Amino acid sequence: MIRQMTKSKEDTFNLDLGKRDFLRLSAMFGMAAIVGFYGVGEVRAAEWRDVDFNAKNLKDTLKSLGVDDYTMSTDITVDSAEIAENGAVVPVSVSSAIPNTEYMAILVEKNPNPLATAFTIPTGTLASVKTRIKMGETSNVLALAKVNGKWFAASKEIKVTLGGCGG
Amino acid sequence: MAQPMRIRAKLKGDEVEAKILVQHPMETGLRKNVDGEKIPAHFIKTLVVKYEDKVVLESVLGIAVSKDPFISFSFKGGAKDGKLSVTWTDNLGETRTDSVTVD
Repeated sequence: MIRQMTKSKEDTFNLDLGKRDFLRLSAMFGMAAIVGFYGVGEVRAAEWRDVDFNAKNLKDTLKSLGVDDYTMSTDITVDSAEIAENGAVVPVSVSSAIPNTEYMAILVEKNPNPLATAFTIPTGTLASVKTRIKMGETSNVLALAKVNGKWFAASKEIKVTLGGCGG
Repeated sequence: MAQPMRIRAKLKGDEVEAKILVQHPMETGLRKNVDGEKIPAHFIKTLVVKYEDKVVLESVLGIAVSKDPFISFSFKGGAKDGKLSVTWTDNLGETRTDSVTVD
């Protein structure tokens, strides 16, 4: 399944690569091809990477995800209750009204590792996902969206009365 | 043995709304038990949703996703009685797939 996803990304990528690279990449499967993708600094298919999830602050997480710069946009929304009584279960919705949003991530600035989860959004799927996350303390929650190689974001402070990480 | 997911897929106009509830401890690896020993990390890392043979959502999850992960989203191009399947894989290599037909 992931391989299929990867394949579609590969098609996009290869526009920037020489013919030899194209052939080489085409001949590879799974991880090998994905390593190639990272090399050219593009956003890949949803692949779990230690460096993304283990980054310990927002700046490092953004860097790891390949976000050089992002624009705050009212087309991106983070929806949740203002106050979460239980940090272990904080319902959060993120959405993007920008057409062709291909990837969205949820980052909790003050969690030990800001990246909570991320979604690769194929054509035909609405860029609007609802999930539940853990928050150690009151924090800004950032929704990041990638559209045609550009990053957009929205942020919302969610107050937590009882933390949900560790314990 | 992994517990079954609860999945609902409902056709609303030209969109299928999918609601997925996974039964999984999502242990962070940061907690300690009553004896002060660390509870090992045990969490889902990837979750892929397919409608028939097409991937409609792909997700990576960290330890900050709540226990028993819930994901809800919508996609176009689905039809009544079409098959929606969800597969997750966790950090211990365990995996599970469940599927439902669209209502």
